[in-house]
Amino acid sequence: MKVADHAQRADIFNQDEKRVDWHDETLWWIRQKRDKIAHQIPQWEELREAASSIKAHTLSNLHNYLIEFEKHAEQNGIKIHWAADAKEHNQIVHQLLQKNNINQLVKSKSMLTEECHLNEYLQEQGIDVIDSDLGERIVQLAKEPPSHIVLPCIHKTKEEIGELFHEHLGTPKGNSDPQLLTEAARIHLRDTFLTRKAALTGVNFAIAETGEIVICTNEGNADMGAHLADIHIASMGIEKIIPKREHLAVFLRLLARSATGQPITTYSSHFSKPRAGTEIHIILVDNGRTRQLGREDFRSSLKCIRCGACMNTCPVYRRSGGHSYHNAVAGPIGSILAPNLDMKDFADLPFASTLCGSCTNVCPVKIDIHEQLYKWRQVLVKEGHVDPKKAIAMQVMAKTLASPTLYHLAGKAARITLKYAPFVVNNKFNAWYLQREMPEVPKSSFGEWYQQNRKDS
Amino acid sequence: MRVALFVPCYVDQFYPQAAIASLELLEKYGCEVHYPKNQTCCGQPMANSGFEHLSGGCNHNFVKNFVGYDYIVAPSGSCVLHINEHLHDDEFPAEAKYIREHTYELISFLTDILKVKNLEASFPYKVGMHQSCHGQRGLKLAQMSELNAPAFSKPMDLLNMVKDIEMVELDRKDECCGFGGTFCVAEEAVSVKMGKDRVADHIKQGVDYITGVDLSCLMHMEGILKRQNSKVKVIHIAEILNGSIK
Repeated sequence: MKVADHAQRADIFNQDEKRVDWHDETLWWIRQKRDKIAHQIPQWEELREAASSIKAHTLSNLHNYLIEFEKHAEQNGIKIHWAADAKEHNQIVHQLLQKNNINQLVKSKSMLTEECHLNEYLQEQGIDVIDSDLGERIVQLAKEPPSHIVLPCIHKTKEEIGELFHEHLGTPKGNSDPQLLTEAARIHLRDTFLTRKAALTGVNFAIAETGEIVICTNEGNADMGAHLADIHIASMGIEKIIPKREHLAVFLRLLARSATGQPITTYSSHFSKPRAGTEIHIILVDNGRTRQLGREDFRSSLKCIRCGACMNTCPVYRRSGGHSYHNAVAGPIGSILAPNLDMKDFADLPFASTLCGSCTNVCPVKIDIHEQLYKWRQVLVKEGHVDPKKAIAMQVMAKTLASPTLYHLAGKAARITLKYAPFVVNNKFNAWYLQREMPEVPKSSFGEWYQQNRKDS
Repeated sequence: MRVALFVPCYVDQFYPQAAIASLELLEKYGCEVHYPKNQTCCGQPMANSGFEHLSGGCNHNFVKNFVGYDYIVAPSGSCVLHINEHLHDDEFPAEAKYIREHTYELISFLTDILKVKNLEASFPYKVGMHQSCHGQRGLKLAQMSELNAPAFSKPMDLLNMVKDIEMVELDRKDECCGFGGTFCVAEEAVSVKMGKDRVADHIKQGVDYITGVDLSCLMHMEGILKRQNSKVKVIHIAEILNGSIK
C-alpha cells in the first residue's frame, strides 16, 4: 500500500485552520527567540562558518577520526560497537540487555533510535522501554512518533496532554496546568529512573581526541538515566564525531541558540569512562551515512547537529506539521536526509518546499539545504520516482517553451480560454482555483503590445 | 548601453503593464532597450520540478535571443536567479556564460548599474513590500532576517524616492508567500495557507497595495485577495517607480 505523501497529509493537517495558526505561531515564536539571541553575538556568522568548516574537515577525514575515537574510548574503558544498519544496531542493544538479564530500559532522546525504530523492535522482544524526555514520553503515551527533533510533542496542545496524563498517569480530568502535568511526569519518571538497570542515551558530540561523548539535554534526563543504571548504552550516528574538545565550544554556542533560543542547554554532560562496577557501551551506526558521504551533492547534510532551526523557520513545516513528513527527522533537513534512506518512500519530501532558502540561512553549520532539495528533485526524477503524468506534462511544457511559435500559440490559447471560456479552468479540477482566483486576462500580451507600439521588433 | 528586456512568460501573458513600466523606466535612464521577440521562458518551471534535463531547448532559445547585448534585464527575481545559476548551452557555452553573468533583476539593475538617485514618481497610497525569497535570499536584494548582518534593501531605497508613498512595517518581513512554482498546485493546502497568512499581515497594517519584484508571488496573493473580495490590490514595483498609476 502506498503511504500518503506529504501533500495529502498536509491537506488533512490544514483542515483545522486554527490549529495550523497555533502550530505556526508557536514555532515562529521559537524562530524569533533564536533570532534575538543569535543577533546578540557579534561573531555569529563567523561561528557558523567555523562550525561548518570543522564539520567539513571531519567528514573528509571521518575514517581516521572514528578510529581515533574508538582507540581513546576503549582506553577509557568504554566498549565500542559498530553497526552497519538499523537492524544491527537494534540487535546489539537487545543482546546487551539479554546478556545482563535486563527487560526494562529507560531511554533519553535519540533521533537515531527513532530512525532505527528501536522501540518497536525491543517491544517485540519483550523489552519494556520508557522514554524519559518529557516530550518523547508524551508522544510515547499517545502512541505517536515525535513530530519535531527537539520538540517531539510540539503538535500537541496542553489540553491534549492533560487528557493523556489523566488517562495514563491519573492527573485530575480537565486539568492542563503545565506545572501540575510536569510534576506528575516527574514523579512517574523518578520511579522509572530508580528501577531501570539499563539506560540508553543519544549522543550530541563524540570527541576523537579524548574518546568522550557529550550529551545535551534541558531536563537532565539523560544524566538521571545514565547515572542510576548499571549499563549505559549510547547510540550515535558516525557523523557525530568532532576532532577536538576545543571544537566543542563552537558547537555548544550554536546548538541551543539555534534550537530554542537559549544560550546553552541546561545540561551539557561529558561521559568519558564508566564508574566502578558499571559499563558504558557506544554503538557507532552507519545506516546509510557512508552512502550519503559518497554523494557529493548531499554529503554536507551529514554536518547536521540536529538543532531543528530549519524546522522552526520553515513556512511549510510550520503549516504542515512534522507528521506530514512521515520520517523520523521532519522538515527541510529530514527532506534531504530521507531520500538517502529510501528514494521511493521519500520521493515526495524534496518537493515539500518552496525553495525559499530560509533553512539554509538559519542552519548553524551552513548546510545548503534548499539547494540540496533542488538537487534531490533532479535525482528523483532521473531515477524514475515521479508521477508519469507529471513527466508527460513536463515534456509538453519543455517542448512548448523551447519553441517561440508554440509558446505564442499556447499563450494566446490560454488567454482566450480564460477570457471566453473560464469554466474550462475555473473548476474543482484546477488546484489553483480551489481557493484562488485566476489572474485577469489583459487586452494583449506584452509581446503583442510591443509589436503594435514599438518599431524595432 | 544596449539592454535586452527579458519578460518572463507569465508576465508577458498576464501582466504586460509591468513589462511596459520596466521598458519605460529603463528608457528614462538612458538605456537603448530591445525586446527580442522570440524569447519564451527561463526554464525554471521544468528545473524546479526536477526536470532540469529537459530545459536544454528552452536554454538554447534563451541564448539565441539574448546574445549580443550588454545587459539583460527582467522584472523578476526568480527567473533571473534561475538564469544566473542554471543557464547553460552546449552549442554556445561562452555566450551562455556571458548572459548568465549579465542578467539582472530590474531593481538591482537600477540601483547597482544605473545607480539611480532620483525618481519622478508619486504614489499616494499605503504600501506593503513583499520580499520575494529568490529576490531577497537568492539575489540579495535586501538583507534577510535569518542573518546577523547589516540591514539594507535595494527595493526600499528606490521606493523611498517615490513621493507621497507610505510604506508599512510587516510583522514577518520576509516570510515566503507560498507560491513556489508547481508547489502552488502540488501542495495546494499549504501554499494557500501561506498566501493567506502573508496577505493577512499586509491587511493588518492597513495597506492599499502589496508590491514586490516578483509577479509570481503577487499573482498568487492577488488570487487569494480576489477570492476574499478584498479591496487590497497588488502592483509590480516597476509600475510604482515608473509613475504608471496616478
